[in-house]
Amino acid sequence: MKYIEEFRDPELAQKLRQAIAAEVETNRTYRFMEFCGGHTHAIARYGVEDLLPNNIKMIHGPGCPVCVLPVARVDVAIGLATQHDVILCTYADLLRVPGSKFDSLIKARARGADIRMVYSVTDALNIAAENPGRQVVFFAIGFETTTPPTAVALTLAQKRGLENFSVHCNHVLTPAAMRAILGSHKSGAAKKVILDGFVGPAHVSAVIGTKPYHEFTRDYQKPVVIAGFEPLDVMQSVLQLVRQTNEGRAEVENEYTRAVAPEGNKKAISLMDQVFELRETFEWRGLGYVPDSALKIRDCYGEFDAEKRFLVEVPAARENKACSCGEILRGEKNPTECTIFGNPCTPENPLGACMVSSEGACAAHWTYGRFRADSNTEKKA
Amino acid sequence: MSKRKKVPTTRKLDLVRGQVDLSHGAGGRAMTQLIEELFMDSFDSELLNREHDAAMFSLPPGRVVMSTDSFVVSPLFFPGGNIGSLAVHGTVNDLAMGGGVPKYLTAGFILEEGFPLADLARIVTSMADAAHEAGVAIVSGDTKVVEKGHGDGIFINTAGVGVVPGGVETCGDRARPGDVILVNGTLGDHGVAVMSKRENLTFSSEILSDSQSLNGLVADMLAGVPAMRVLRDPTRGGLGATLNEIAHQSGVGVELEEPQIPIRREVKSACELLGLDPLYVANEGKLIAISPPEYADRLLAIMQAHPKGREAAIIGRVLKDDRCFVRMKTQLGGTRMVDWMAGEQLPRIC
Repeated sequence: MKYIEEFRDPELAQKLRQAIAAEVETNRTYRFMEFCGGHTHAIARYGVEDLLPNNIKMIHGPGCPVCVLPVARVDVAIGLATQHDVILCTYADLLRVPGSKFDSLIKARARGADIRMVYSVTDALNIAAENPGRQVVFFAIGFETTTPPTAVALTLAQKRGLENFSVHCNHVLTPAAMRAILGSHKSGAAKKVILDGFVGPAHVSAVIGTKPYHEFTRDYQKPVVIAGFEPLDVMQSVLQLVRQTNEGRAEVENEYTRAVAPEGNKKAISLMDQVFELRETFEWRGLGYVPDSALKIRDCYGEFDAEKRFLVEVPAARENKACSCGEILRGEKNPTECTIFGNPCTPENPLGACMVSSEGACAAHWTYGRFRADSNTEKKA
Repeated sequence: MSKRKKVPTTRKLDLVRGQVDLSHGAGGRAMTQLIEELFMDSFDSELLNREHDAAMFSLPPGRVVMSTDSFVVSPLFFPGGNIGSLAVHGTVNDLAMGGGVPKYLTAGFILEEGFPLADLARIVTSMADAAHEAGVAIVSGDTKVVEKGHGDGIFINTAGVGVVPGGVETCGDRARPGDVILVNGTLGDHGVAVMSKRENLTFSSEILSDSQSLNGLVADMLAGVPAMRVLRDPTRGGLGATLNEIAHQSGVGVELEEPQIPIRREVKSACELLGLDPLYVANEGKLIAISPPEYADRLLAIMQAHPKGREAAIIGRVLKDDRCFVRMKTQLGGTRMVDWMAGEQLPRIC
C-alpha cells in the first residue's frame, strides 16, 4: 500500500479542497473532462465530487476500453467463439458487454463456447502452448496501456512458431479520441465543445509520454494535466487546471511525475510501432467512426492476425438509438439527462457504452452517486 | 470411539494412496466401507452410528431453525481452512444468524471418480473438528460418486437444524432508523485468502480465511442484548451485498463510516492488485449485528470480550431512506453509495 495510502490521505484532501475553493472564481463554471475510466472510478469511489466546489463540473470521458468497443466488434468476438472451434481468451471485463440482441460472451460461454478469462496475454500464450490441437485467439482490447503486452505476445508467438495462436486486435488510441471529442475529425463539422481542460490519462501517459498532448494546448487551447489514478492526484490536477484556466494558460502539465516521463516508455513505443500500424478509421461506441484512432497488426505479423485467419459472419449491428452516450462522452449531457438512464439502462442491463463497465460515466454515477439530489433515478425507479 | 459392528472387508481403506472410484457410490460393500471407516469413524456421532437412513431426535423447546448450504469452493484447501471446515461453519452460522442454537447437521458428499482418499480424509477430519468445536453433531449423510470430469473433486452439502430460544428475533426486516451497525472483525479475509491462492499471490504475511463458527459469539451477544434487531453473516457479496439486503428488507437506508470499517492491510493490498472492492469480498466467520442505539456500546463490549469478536467495531448506522440506499462517508471526506453488485465475475469462494 506504499505509494497508495499517501495519495488517499484525508488531511491532504482537505488542504487541497481549501486550495481549490480559494482559487475558483465564483462567477463562472469550470468544465473539466477526465479522459480515463480510472479517474472516473476514483472520483466516484472516493466521493471526490463532494470535495470540489459546485461550479466545477467533472465530465467523464470515453477512456474505458470496454465501454467504447462497438456492438459490431462484440458480435465478432461472440462469432469467433461460436462459429469456429477456438479457445477465445480475453479480459474479464469484456465478458458481460452486450452485443446485438442482448447477447454477450458470458451467454455464449453458457451455451458451450470455450471462452476463458485471462489476466494477461501471457496466459493466452500459455493456453496456446498447452493446447497444440486447438486454435487460441486473444481478443485484444484497450488503449496504449494494454497494447505493448499484446505486441510482446505477437513477437513471442512468431519467435516460438506458435501456429495455433492469433490476436484479434481492437486496440485504440487516446489522442485520437480526445481529438474527436474536441470536434476535429477530418470528416465531420466541428461539434459544440464545452470543455475547459482535460485531466490527462495516467497509465496511457506512462507509455506515450506527455508530447502527444501538446496538440490540444496548441490547436485547441485546452490545458491538459496528466494525473495519477488516486483521489489526491485527481484533486491536485483539478487545482492545476483551475489555475491554468484562471490565468488563461493552456499547457501540458504532468502531475504524475512518479510514473510518467515526458518521452514515455521508448521501448514500448518502438515495440508498438514494430507490430502495429494505424487503421484509417475505427468505430467507437458513443463516438462513431473516428479516423486514425485504432491499430491493426502489420503484415509482417499477419500470420497471427485473427481477422485474417478466421472469417466471421455477423449481421450489421446497431447501437441503441435512445442512448445518449455520444453527448455524455462529449460533455454535452449528464448521465441523468439521458432518457434511458436507470430505466431500463442499468449496470445489470447496460444498453449503452457508458453503463457497461464500472469505469463508464453512467455506471459510475449509478453505482456510486445516484443518491445525490441531481439524480433523477428516484422518480423513475 | 463407539463400538459398532463393521461390515467384513478383506482390506482396510487405503487412505494414503487410494482414490475414489465408482464403487464407492454404488451401494455395495465398498461404499459401506468408505462410510464406516472414514465418515462414521471421523464424525463419531451416536445418531449416525445407528446406521439408519434418517436420524431421529427430539429438540429442546423453542422454534426450530433449519438451513441448507452447498459448498463448491476452489481450491479445496486454502489458507486457514478447507471445504470441509467451511461446510460446517457455513451452515452453523446460518442457523446462528437466525438466532438459533445449532444442534444437528447432515452432510452430503458428491465425489468425483479419482479423487484422492487422502484428501477426502483431511476434509472429513476438518469437518469433524469443526463440528466438535461448534458443539453440533453430524447425524446423517449421503455419498454419491460421479464419473471423472463430471465434478470438481468434491462438492459438499450440509443442512442443519437448531432451536431459537423464546423472545429472540434477528430477521433482516427489523432494522430501524437510528439503529447502530456493528461487525465482529476484519472484512474480506476469506475471499482474499481463496483468491490469492488461486492467483498465486504472495504477501509479506499470509492471509488466512476467517472461516469459523459464530454460534458461541452469538449466544453471548443475545444473552447480553436480547433486544438486538438483526444478525446476518456477510458471506458471498460481502458487507455491501448483505447491507443492501437488510436495507431493502427493512425499508431503511444505511450510512457507513469508511474509516471505522476494519480491513486488514494485506487484504487491502490484495484487493488493489485484483481490482476488487473489499466491501464486496466474502467472509465466512463474520457477522453484522444491528442494535438499538442504547445497547450498542454494551453489545460492542460483549463482542470484543469474545475471542471471535476482538476486533469488533461500530461501522455505521441506520437512516430513514425510502430509496433504501446504502451510502458511505469515505476516508477522503466525500460520500458514495455502496450499491448492489452488478454480477461480478468472481471465482468460486464458498
